[in-house]
Amino acid sequence: MNTLENAVSGDRVVVTKIHGEGAVRRRIMDMGVTKGAEIFIHKIAPLGDPLEIHVRGSAISLRKEDAKLIEVAQ
Amino acid sequence: MTKIIALAGNPNSGKTTMFNDLTGSTQHTGNWPGVTVEKKEGRLKGRRDVTVQDLPGIYSLSPYSPEELVARNYLVKERPDVIVNIVDATNIERNLYLTTQLAELGIPVVIALNMIDIVNKNGDLIDIRQLGEALGCAVVPTSALKGTGLEKAAETALSCSGKPPLSPRPIFSGDVEGALAEIGSLLSERRKERGETPLTATELRWSSIKVFERDAEQTANPDTLLGAGAAARIEEIIRALEDRYDDDSESIITNERYLFIAGVVRECVQKKNRHTLSASDKIDRVVTNRVLALPIFAGVMFLVYFLSISTIGGYMTDWVNDSLFGDIVPNAVGGLLDSLGTAEWLNALILDGIIAGVGAVLGFLPQMLVLFLCLAFLEDCGYMARIAFILDRVFKRFGLSGKSFIPILVGTGCGVPGIMASRTIESDNDRRMTVMTTTFIPCGAKLPIIALIAGALFPGSMWIAPSAYFLGIAAILITGVMLKKTRGFAGKPSPFVMELPAYHMPGAPGVLRTMLDRGLAFVKRAGTIILIAAIVIWFLSSFDFSLRMAETSDSILAAIGGAVAPIFDPLGWGDWRATVATVTGLIAKENIVGTFGVLYGFGEVAEDGAEYWPQLAAAFTPLAAYAFLAFNLLCAPCFAAIGAIRREMMSAKWTWFAVGYQCGFAYVVALIIYQMGMLASGHFGVGTVFAILCILVIVYMLFIKKPYAGADAKNTQRLAAAAAAAE
Repeated sequence: MNTLENAVSGDRVVVTKIHGEGAVRRRIMDMGVTKGAEIFIHKIAPLGDPLEIHVRGSAISLRKEDAKLIEVAQ
Repeated sequence: MTKIIALAGNPNSGKTTMFNDLTGSTQHTGNWPGVTVEKKEGRLKGRRDVTVQDLPGIYSLSPYSPEELVARNYLVKERPDVIVNIVDATNIERNLYLTTQLAELGIPVVIALNMIDIVNKNGDLIDIRQLGEALGCAVVPTSALKGTGLEKAAETALSCSGKPPLSPRPIFSGDVEGALAEIGSLLSERRKERGETPLTATELRWSSIKVFERDAEQTANPDTLLGAGAAARIEEIIRALEDRYDDDSESIITNERYLFIAGVVRECVQKKNRHTLSASDKIDRVVTNRVLALPIFAGVMFLVYFLSISTIGGYMTDWVNDSLFGDIVPNAVGGLLDSLGTAEWLNALILDGIIAGVGAVLGFLPQMLVLFLCLAFLEDCGYMARIAFILDRVFKRFGLSGKSFIPILVGTGCGVPGIMASRTIESDNDRRMTVMTTTFIPCGAKLPIIALIAGALFPGSMWIAPSAYFLGIAAILITGVMLKKTRGFAGKPSPFVMELPAYHMPGAPGVLRTMLDRGLAFVKRAGTIILIAAIVIWFLSSFDFSLRMAETSDSILAAIGGAVAPIFDPLGWGDWRATVATVTGLIAKENIVGTFGVLYGFGEVAEDGAEYWPQLAAAFTPLAAYAFLAFNLLCAPCFAAIGAIRREMMSAKWTWFAVGYQCGFAYVVALIIYQMGMLASGHFGVGTVFAILCILVIVYMLFIKKPYAGADAKNTQRLAAAAAAAE
């Protein structure tokens, strides 16, 4: 299973499934990370976490522990 | 009758700027009942009969964060006449998500397509007319920063406010629309059975979507709402779709909203293909660069600290403290009182109680204003979000947020602005934690205490001052780790999903207004709670039990101090003078030095109390003195800071908890220091046992797995396993 947690800076991926529940999952989806959305991994913070991703034209910071809920395909 | 326009939109969409432009100086700020969310309303410029209600910046109407709940409850229950939905045109896809939810409320919606100037500059094209048709509402292009289009947006809103909203349009796929229609007819039938008036088409659609999403607020009691038969049938419908889409119903709706929006954007927006980086991208490349990010951050923080604490703000604060409330005001008021021939006690109350007490608090205002100005600028230009981005990794380990650094840094100057700087932290838990721990770091007013103890008991020693900062940092980190494991702070794990807005140059009016709002809020506090507290302490330290004015050593406070002092025996300083000094430290921490001076029979003493060092050295052992120092550095801060805590916590309960925890923690730390020191010199007693117990409890709290957050605990284990594997 390939999740966003393992993506590297510069990757372009498509969301295939979102795991988790409640507020975390809801918040991720409200921000536009939904099934089929294209995500560009812009960078990883200098200390290795969180990630900065670009989705639907906006830049979002996401912790790796939340990123592992997002299944993606290249 | 007054009409109400509600402003709704995403954070960073320019909503606040637009609100300021629309209302001018008529706005007032408060809080929504029961939550820390700021509430702002004002009158539309030139229209006495129109109120503009600002809603918190939100990404959706889902009921998860306090902001979303406030906005949703307001819109659903209070029902404004019209909603102006501010949409960031440069980020239209994400912004329209909220729009699709607003459109279902049955309230007329006008879209203010903001930042249109930037879209034009980028060479992109948005078909305004087609966009309005696709969404079913009027669209007005605006630029809040340049002030264009705002009047037209307000006019359009007012002209829409009387009319019924357009009927709902099917924006979802056939499957989902079919399910919604079926749920809708079941709902209608149920209402008919119960003899209730039928819902309008819009209301019915909204209810159907909520039921389909299994929205907790709407479906808390499905059997009474729907009847057992219908509830089961509806559950069947939802299940069928969930199976087909392999997703839960709430996510299906979210997905379909975004699918609809993607279609609208494809039709209405033409993006010029760009290969060049935008200015914002270029700035970001440098600012969050792997190597440069931390040095740049350190530089920015130094600048903030330099401007507000060391130079401009510091000079002004010194002037207010030493001249304005040190000479000018007391002399003027003193002269006035003399000429009036008022009683001596009244003079003392006004001069030593009120003016000295409130002056000590207001003295920090200039520092705070400069600081708030810097922070408002950093927030507005987009850098604050990057600070959280860069530092989150470090602070999350200790139960704090990436944004906790700023309050703590500012707290080294003064705890009051430090505590107030914590309000940029979104998560309630992280913010409370930061508010509670910020004053552990020694502030400017605690430096004289450090100088006193170091000078009197540890002459020539270099390690006292650094150890005070080390103690403060350790207290913050230990508290963070411990409290995160308690029920009050465990809560739901709050996701750190944060937008990183494009950098931009903030407008001066907005930044100044933020600064003034926050400054005023503090002054109001100083005028009430702090004033009363200062008067009480003054009274207790100036009168004896027969209510005659007395020296501090004969005062009620001294008597109380004597009675309370034994509590501090296990800490090594059960001396009534030390207790009284600690209490007067509540007005301002540097008072401790002055109080000792008075109690040892000196009138005026130097800032570090050098005159009575011999007496102090005779009264304290070095170990006891260090325990005294530790207690006073960590215990409840001055009234000004407690006032700030009260303001940021928005709750008396949390304020008492914060102050209680600080005092308790300070006591435990001082106990451990004193008793372990005594043990090292061969003394063992009951106190030693308690100190060892305290150490064990702290160590236990530091190393147990989180008992209240199952998912989080697994995560910690996973991280630990990963770390072990990496080694």
